[in-house]
Amino acid sequence: MSTIVFDHVSRTFQRNNHDFLALEDINLTVNDKEFVAIVGPSGCGKTTCMRMAAGLEFPSGGSVNVAGSAVKAPGPDRAVVFQQFALFPWKTVYENIEFGLRAKGLAEAERRKIITHYIELMNLVGYESAYPNQLSGGMQQRVAIARAYSLDPSVLLMDEPFGALDAQTRVVMQEELVQLARVNPRTVLFITHAVDEAVYLADRVVVMTPRPGRIKEIIDVKTIRTGEKWDSYKKIEDVMDLASFVHIRTHIWKSLREEDERTLH
Amino acid sequence: MNASRRALSGPRYAVLTAGGLIAFFAIWYFAAWARLAPPQFLPMPHQVLATLLRLMESPFSGYTLQEHMLASLQRFGMGFGLAALIGIPLGLMMGWFRLLDQIVSPLFNGLRFVPPIAWVPFAALWFGTGIGGPVLIIFTGAFPPCLINAYRGARYVDTYLIEAARTLGIGNFRIIAQVLFPAALPSIIAGLRISAGLGWMSLIGAELIVASSGIGYLLVKGQSAIDASIVMAGMFSIGVVGLAIDIILRLAEKMLARHK
Repeated sequence: MSTIVFDHVSRTFQRNNHDFLALEDINLTVNDKEFVAIVGPSGCGKTTCMRMAAGLEFPSGGSVNVAGSAVKAPGPDRAVVFQQFALFPWKTVYENIEFGLRAKGLAEAERRKIITHYIELMNLVGYESAYPNQLSGGMQQRVAIARAYSLDPSVLLMDEPFGALDAQTRVVMQEELVQLARVNPRTVLFITHAVDEAVYLADRVVVMTPRPGRIKEIIDVKTIRTGEKWDSYKKIEDVMDLASFVHIRTHIWKSLREEDERTLH
Repeated sequence: MNASRRALSGPRYAVLTAGGLIAFFAIWYFAAWARLAPPQFLPMPHQVLATLLRLMESPFSGYTLQEHMLASLQRFGMGFGLAALIGIPLGLMMGWFRLLDQIVSPLFNGLRFVPPIAWVPFAALWFGTGIGGPVLIIFTGAFPPCLINAYRGARYVDTYLIEAARTLGIGNFRIIAQVLFPAALPSIIAGLRISAGLGWMSLIGAELIVASSGIGYLLVKGQSAIDASIVMAGMFSIGVVGLAIDIILRLAEKMLARHK
């Protein structure tokens, strides 16, 4: 069971010799094979949450557990997709995906099989020997997603993966990610500031507010998605037109705006 | 952009280059012709060329010019190679392992300000005047830029690339060899160019004092013979070979840049 558990997690930073509370009492359980999105304005600490699950940062108080043990370091069981793609510019598409598989100690034939599979799945056929800078942003992020999936991680952590893409590409990638999640269900923690994206992709949406970073509410989208049969629509715009979708989106928007007004006045 | 700062190219560039060279040789000829200094101190340019050709055919101080140059290049190759072979991996590792950085940095920064020439007596005492002494001196000149540029290159690698590698499960030494090294390569090559220049200059300095062959040794012998044309022919070949080394490294730099 690959669950992510945040248990009374807090995080303080030092800023100008002052302790600055970035996260306060975060309690969240991402269940096995569940897709959870965290939304919130910049500075609410949502990325820090993801980075603590990845082992790139550590809590000041409380604990972060993945699959039953405390996170101590990054590892291939928790693949990360970064907003800046983070592809190695001197490696081809094929070599970028292969890098982690090599470190895992897989034999050449095994690696080839896995890479070929994900290159097909992510529509990258014909680009195996291209370098990242020869690809569009959308293509680069496809490579990064293929690289993450190819390691067969039990947990996928995504930090605003479509944040650097243009609106059209973004929509295509969102649809593809839903397809991928259906073929290959994983425990996913997805960070975004786009409410639409969170509602469209996630089983549950966590709303966070800043100063200090806190969880304001957690919204169950899955029940409504299955009840209203969102999955019977192939295109994202059809889903976004549904009254049930609009209702959740508006609810989250209001929840975030309330917080803005509270902190501004 | 200011017109006078614009990069020159084509015929204009060729004319200016030729003009500079012609003026230089004209002044030289004039000074020699006017006997501003005695001929053994200030030979005419064509006499230097003649000496150069003569040195290439008949041995002077035991060897021909090419043999002297070869001896120098061998020492240079060993000292420079050793500096790169130790400096680059050490610099990358210092950029990755904090502890190593803290141990090595103070020592390195202390020794760095001892100029290569100041190493000459020590090198002569310990390694003699054959190959060991000069190689050590080139090493002291060539080593710092290798280490510093590898270290800086490693420190300025984009954080997210390192984080990506760590989340992919890549171990420390693979990160150094396959992430830090390629990412730092432009900086490393720039370091090698500086390193080659400093190493080459240190070598000549070393050979003036400790050597029984080599191009620096040839200069000293030319001086003892009070023959400026030998000294100048030697200086000319030092410049040409130094330039050739730099051009080779610049080509390597360009080839790598194209790949990226």
